[in-house]
Amino acid sequence: MFRFPRWKIASIIAMTLLAFLVIIPSFLAKDVREGIAKKLPSWAPFYSVVLGLDLQGGAHILLEVDAADVARTQVEALRDDVRRILREERIRITGGIGGSGRTVQVRVPDAADRQKAITRLRTQAQPGGVNALGATAPPTFEVRDTADGLVQLTLTDPAVLERVRRAVDQTIEVIRRRVDALGTTEPNIQRQGANRVLVQVPGLEDTNRLKELLGTTARLEFRLVADPGYNPGDIDMLNEYDREGNPTASYPVEKRVMVQGEDLTDAQPGFDQRSGEPVVNFRFNLRGGQRFGEVTSANVGKPFAIVLDNKVISAPRILSPITGGSGQISGRFTVQQANDLSVLLRAGALPAKLTIVEERTVGPGLGQDSIDAGRTAAYVAATLVVTYMLTTYGIFGLFANIALLVHIVMVFAGLVLLQATLTLPGIAGIVLTIGMAVDANVLIYERIREEGRLGRSIISALDAGFNRAFSTIVDSQSTTMVVAIILYFLGSGPVRGFAVSLALGIVTTIVTAVTMTRLMIALWYRWSRPTRIPI
Amino acid sequence: MLRFRLAPDNVKLGFMQLRSVTYPLSALLSILSVVAFLTLGLNYGIDFAGGTLMELRAKTGQADLVSLRALGDKLQLGEVEVQAFGENQDVTVRVRLQPGGDAAQQEIVQKIRVAVGDNYEFRRVEVVGPRVSGELVQSGTLGVVLSILAVLTYLWFRYEWQLAVAAVIATMHDLLLTMGFFAITRLEFNITSIAAILTIVGLSLNETVVILDRIREMLRKYKRMPMPEIIDTSINAVLSRTIMTSTTTLMALAALAFFGGHVIQSFSLAMMFGMVIGAYSSIFICSPILIYLGAPSQGEPDKNGN
Repeated sequence: MFRFPRWKIASIIAMTLLAFLVIIPSFLAKDVREGIAKKLPSWAPFYSVVLGLDLQGGAHILLEVDAADVARTQVEALRDDVRRILREERIRITGGIGGSGRTVQVRVPDAADRQKAITRLRTQAQPGGVNALGATAPPTFEVRDTADGLVQLTLTDPAVLERVRRAVDQTIEVIRRRVDALGTTEPNIQRQGANRVLVQVPGLEDTNRLKELLGTTARLEFRLVADPGYNPGDIDMLNEYDREGNPTASYPVEKRVMVQGEDLTDAQPGFDQRSGEPVVNFRFNLRGGQRFGEVTSANVGKPFAIVLDNKVISAPRILSPITGGSGQISGRFTVQQANDLSVLLRAGALPAKLTIVEERTVGPGLGQDSIDAGRTAAYVAATLVVTYMLTTYGIFGLFANIALLVHIVMVFAGLVLLQATLTLPGIAGIVLTIGMAVDANVLIYERIREEGRLGRSIISALDAGFNRAFSTIVDSQSTTMVVAIILYFLGSGPVRGFAVSLALGIVTTIVTAVTMTRLMIALWYRWSRPTRIPI
Repeated sequence: MLRFRLAPDNVKLGFMQLRSVTYPLSALLSILSVVAFLTLGLNYGIDFAGGTLMELRAKTGQADLVSLRALGDKLQLGEVEVQAFGENQDVTVRVRLQPGGDAAQQEIVQKIRVAVGDNYEFRRVEVVGPRVSGELVQSGTLGVVLSILAVLTYLWFRYEWQLAVAAVIATMHDLLLTMGFFAITRLEFNITSIAAILTIVGLSLNETVVILDRIREMLRKYKRMPMPEIIDTSINAVLSRTIMTSTTTLMALAALAFFGGHVIQSFSLAMMFGMVIGAYSSIFICSPILIYLGAPSQGEPDKNGN
């Protein structure tokens, strides 16, 4: 057991040196680190350990896309389709086209007409093309002919799921553009589960602005204010609000939308030339510009409403046709509001309502405090354990302590190389493995002592100690490993950090406490030729 | 160099005789734990109960606990729990889950921000909605159940059934007492507490495995020795190791509990308790069970050949 081939010695030393090298960048100031990193080849792992949001401070917000809202929009669109198709086919219906839940229904009294409508609608339900396996895609809705002349169209589950999936994709894109506008570094935006989006913004302390940016749907519409004598079915009564959120005026706004936010190409905050009031300047795309020009030409003298998420921002009167393709929104904004609105308009509207279901924000002050506290705890723990090992085992204790140091460095290096996130419970995990890492050494040493007491020679006691203790070490560490693995898959954020540190600690323990200590003891044995076991 | 040892060599303590004391003691503690769990329940933190937790630091002087507590009535948020720590400059403010689903929780922080004005720095804000907390309860429970199953499977393959059963009973004992510890001390029970409990399961099994390995080895070596003697000899043989390792791990945990900051204090305290209970149960609970279950037959040597 004490014959170590040179390559083994060399590789142990190389691994240790490598581990030390890997953790160096974590101790450098950020600008120094980035300066050096630029000069190194890109494959060199010259980066710092990733700190969790609980350590560096930042916001963690979990949002849920309202699936019911998505379905509602989808039903709305289906209703429009049905209306268009029936008009094209000149099919007469009685009553309106009803929509509720996932179903749209329409009454077609004439049997032949009904058959025609159903055939046409069924074709419409079939999305074109085939999927990768060559099968035709399932229909997006089912058409049912109830006996009394009622035609029912129901959205299918896969169609709704698919739409929710697309809505989440779109939401992620929109959120990314909005968060980028905040100018924070490295926001992390990712899908979670079927209909959730996780937004993590390091370093962000005041989440109010972020939450406002995330919580606004930002559906902008330009709609005409209806003439007196309107049909109540064709309008929405929408309110205008003051800065405190109290309604100030109410307008009958036509349901028909002239131009909407999609047709904007740009929006920038600015100031009105005459009043000096903060405003948002926008520019339409070609289609939007033409449409806006046509409608304003036909309605000179009438008021129109600029509607954002069903609230009237302002309702100016059309003084002359607006054909330039650009315009200005003013609505008693503060500078900040004008700024935010232009961010929202540039980023586009969310496809569905978002709800915040979880929020965890840590200020940078507390994060730094946690790092400091974790560091103090680690130093105290290490000092206690090192002293205890030295006084109990003497020179062998020293070997164990050297192995312990390398162990900690290796856990850190592992975190850096895996780019795993170090969280506060992660630090706790590392501190815990300081206590546990020496366990393997203790098992070995106690076994050596025992074998020595039984009257074995030094070399044979050392040998037996290492060999017999090994299976116990593996056994006992595997139980903790099992737990660490389960924690990793079940936990999120901080707990996952704990699991990673724990698991890394177990793996490196085997390397350092077993192999490395063995090497040190072998070298020591060759060098000092002891006559008795010094523990 | 100064040398000392906590565990004397060549001890021959009669652990098995002590079971007439330790079994009733453990039974009592277990019953106490169950009763505490059923009557007091756990002090669920916002991870599992949902709600809002804020950590505030007074910008000057000490936090005004009375006026912070009064916020509950003033803003109609129900009971507001305020807890000071450190130099009373820092407080945690906890607001229960408000009726009205996920959206309703969002207004609380803003209301409190407005109410306390500029006197406090908001160092941490956590808002867990009713659905997320429900899911966390599910995944936490699943985690505990899965770990126990995984550990059982591991023991099943690794040991003869008698040893496996003994280990399982000891683990359950530790789990039960730890839950009792949480119920009685009113330590907040959060996701990190689940992590603590699972780690306790791992550490406690670690102790148990070390002793069981030795018992198995002794069984092979001394086929005629009576079971109680085998167990006593084995425990005495690994006792110094158990004491050493428990001490170093406890040192590390104590360092965490006292210096690691309040965020992980309950985590560290629970682990310290679990560590002590784990060492106790592997010596006093797990091993004596083998006397009742009888020695496993020792036909073939194990894969290591000892």
